[in-house]
Amino acid sequence: MKWVLVGVMVAATVLSDLLQSYEMKRAGEQSVSAGGLMRLLGMIVRRRFLILAIACMAVSFFSFMALVQAEPLSFAVPASAASFVLETILAKFVLRERIGARRVAGALMVLCGVVLVGG
Amino acid sequence: MTATETKPGTAVKVLTMLILFVALKAVGNLCMAWGMKRFPQTMSVNPVPYIEAMLDPFVAFGVAALILALLTRMALLSLADLSYVLPVTAIGYVVAAFMGKMFLHEDVSGQRWLGTGLIFAGAMLVGSTTHSTTDPKAR
Repeated sequence: MKWVLVGVMVAATVLSDLLQSYEMKRAGEQSVSAGGLMRLLGMIVRRRFLILAIACMAVSFFSFMALVQAEPLSFAVPASAASFVLETILAKFVLRERIGARRVAGALMVLCGVVLVGG
Repeated sequence: MTATETKPGTAVKVLTMLILFVALKAVGNLCMAWGMKRFPQTMSVNPVPYIEAMLDPFVAFGVAALILALLTRMALLSLADLSYVLPVTAIGYVVAAFMGKMFLHEDVSGQRWLGTGLIFAGAMLVGSTTHSTTDPKAR
């Protein structure tokens, strides 16, 4: 059961972040002023990919909650870091981001760090 | 303008949003943790305790800060790559370890400090790369 929860959590996180990134890149530069934040709230309501991203985020959150109820946090946190690797790979192939050696090295260091923090 | 060249001032905006996101997330999580520790009931699938917990000022403030953090991250994703935002915002783990130690008096093991050190170094390395590598015209 725990691997089902890990799978659901990772898939939901990856999908949520990819959808958010795709939609926000299409939306163009946004600000965090009071008006900018209101505009972002409006975008969540109007753009279906953002609605889906928020729904995926909720699925990921509740999967994580269910996982930490059944398994120790030292398993749940490193397991959730699997999304990190998948998202970086998919950012390259789906979002067409250029990921150089320095970014890969940094991301791998962060991944090891997350696993150590959770372990 | 090529994909790797960005408008002047964008780097400052990205840095400001990064700091704001990490700060809001840290404050939000701290307030939630603080409020939930004071909350007497154990959480289950029943939604009523969650709603009751929301009435606690610390939990309510924490939720508001986390919503603002989500919006700030969305704005950040409008300016920077997902593969840049993910590792750089992981710096929040470092902030969480410090805040847990300072304010909640939690024990942070040597292994956890080593992990936070690696996260910090990795985030700095990714932070030194160009924040956006996609051409806005191609979006």
